[in-house]
Amino acid sequence: MPESALAGVVAEVGVAKPDAVIVADGVRRTFGGLVAVDVDHLEIQRGVITSLIGPNGAGKTTLFNCLTRFDRAQAGKWSFDGVALERKLAYQVPRHGLVRTFQLTRTMERLTVEENLLLAAPGNPGERILGAFLPPLWRSFERARMDAVDAQLERFRLDHMRNERAGALSGGQRKLLGMARALMTGPKAILLDEPMAGVNPALRQTLSEHILELRDDGLTVVLIEHDMDVVMNISDWVVCMAQGSVIAEGRPGDILADEAVVDAYLGARHGESATPDAEAEARVVEGPGVTDVSAPTSAQDPDSDSDSDRRTGPGAEDGDE
Amino acid sequence: MNLGSILLDSLRASVSINAVVYAMAGVGLNLQFGYGGLLNFGLVAFMLAGAYGVGIAVVEFGWSMWIGIPLGILLSVGVGLLFGLPTLRLRADYLAIVTIATGEILRLFVRSGPMQEEVNGVQIGGVFGYDGFANAFFAVNPYPAGNYGFGGFSFNERAMWVLTAGWGLVALLSLVVWILIRSPWGRMLRAVRDDEDAVRSLGKNVFNLKLQTLVLGGVIAAVAGMMQAVDQQAIRPDFFRTVVTFTVYTAVILGGKATILGPIVGSVVLWFLIQFTDGLLKYLVDIGWLNLASDQISGTRFALVGLALVLLVVFRPQGIVGRKEEVLLDA
Repeated sequence: MPESALAGVVAEVGVAKPDAVIVADGVRRTFGGLVAVDVDHLEIQRGVITSLIGPNGAGKTTLFNCLTRFDRAQAGKWSFDGVALERKLAYQVPRHGLVRTFQLTRTMERLTVEENLLLAAPGNPGERILGAFLPPLWRSFERARMDAVDAQLERFRLDHMRNERAGALSGGQRKLLGMARALMTGPKAILLDEPMAGVNPALRQTLSEHILELRDDGLTVVLIEHDMDVVMNISDWVVCMAQGSVIAEGRPGDILADEAVVDAYLGARHGESATPDAEAEARVVEGPGVTDVSAPTSAQDPDSDSDSDRRTGPGAEDGDE
Repeated sequence: MNLGSILLDSLRASVSINAVVYAMAGVGLNLQFGYGGLLNFGLVAFMLAGAYGVGIAVVEFGWSMWIGIPLGILLSVGVGLLFGLPTLRLRADYLAIVTIATGEILRLFVRSGPMQEEVNGVQIGGVFGYDGFANAFFAVNPYPAGNYGFGGFSFNERAMWVLTAGWGLVALLSLVVWILIRSPWGRMLRAVRDDEDAVRSLGKNVFNLKLQTLVLGGVIAAVAGMMQAVDQQAIRPDFFRTVVTFTVYTAVILGGKATILGPIVGSVVLWFLIQFTDGLLKYLVDIGWLNLASDQISGTRFALVGLALVLLVVFRPQGIVGRKEEVLLDA
């Protein structure tokens, strides 16, 4: 069991894990004078669910972006499953088994839902320009991937939307499509950036179960999430960031009791709770009661800044078409 | 002159070599811009490379025209790499700026003094360009001398051969694009137009894909440039002004971008309109309804064509054969 895999690991910043799949050292990303990410040492245990929490602007998404090479860290070394990633290109990272989703969902709007998933299957011979001229070659490849497509569509309840253009999906459905698509790449680990944001409460519950399932299938899951109920319920390990650095890590219970986390992120309400797990579970059953814990300090927000910049980029191009 | 002959002239123009050249260049541009979202404003540079490949091979080096064709294709591949390697990692608008500038630089380069020389008392290169290099093409004309067609709608054997080869190539290259677009490669390309970071996050080499698209579309445009050069048996640097690029854009958007038939329909309709407004204005001047000098006619004609295009984009932004969703999703 994953819980026991981390048994005996001390809840302190930078602690070594018995079977670390991601190891990061000295990762530093600054925007001008603002230090967005400055992580000394962080290990992510294989095959468990690790949550990354922290106030807006803590550098969680920027850390994701750096690790997956969507952003350039100024310094640092990190590896995934023994492969050094800091010199890889963004498209090479998923080929090593580390796939990520985006906070603001990115959808291939003019492709159908099914095409979105088929696109994600790796090694399609028809994606090479010469292979494209040999339909029998890639048709048989794609037929063989149909079972996987069906399974993902069913898992995320998108089967009825299969032949719709992805542009017709709602915000929550796009989020699900993003996850389904990432899973189609056959990853060893998946980085989920706020998978619950914009998803309705009933679906959150299902999504939580799916994430647990992924772990039980042997996947390493790292998620950024503001919904503390979800975090406390499904995480095996929690890492809390503030102002670019990791300020605490530990099992969910350890984190709730950590003074630095309470000060920087949670506020007094969660800190007072004596039995966090029971309380969290009760709240999930209640549904959409207390959800997001908003940040006390959000004057500067490199997370959403970098993402919204990306969005305006392609958006502006589209306007020209 | 009467309305019937104006219509016949316009129909002839709509299948003319001009329509062939703009349709073929449009097929290339449609791959880059329509399907791939690459804002290539230097399309004419690819046409220049194709034409000059043929011209240089025959006139400068004295080679066969049939060697000039692969040389032109090679040159256009070079232009594609020149455009793409430094800019494709950047956002699309950088590609637009670099291509429009590089296209002009190429034209100014080939018309510059050092490119000019005197061979056997004849000036070639530079502003003089090249002449008479396509005899090998007309030597294999399968059409016997004579007129083909009916009444006013007829072509001589030379035009028939150029048009047959031209439209044949347009069909062939459209087929190539059609096969590519409905393949997984094409799906990846359409995905990149929507969100290239998402495609990258799935492990696809987006840079490679965009470079392939730029080069392949460019080679198609280069063939269009060759076709024009062969028909005229002449190359002048000033054939390859930026306005050519934008006229090809007009044809593609008019017909419907990101459709197989769009560039062809667009070019045919565009050249029909250009000829028809010209004929109509001259007719109206002849019968005394309009009072325009001949130089005013050509100006007025392009103003009217422009107005027609504006109306089309307002009322049918997806183009003549385009799909509405393509445009709506951009909003």
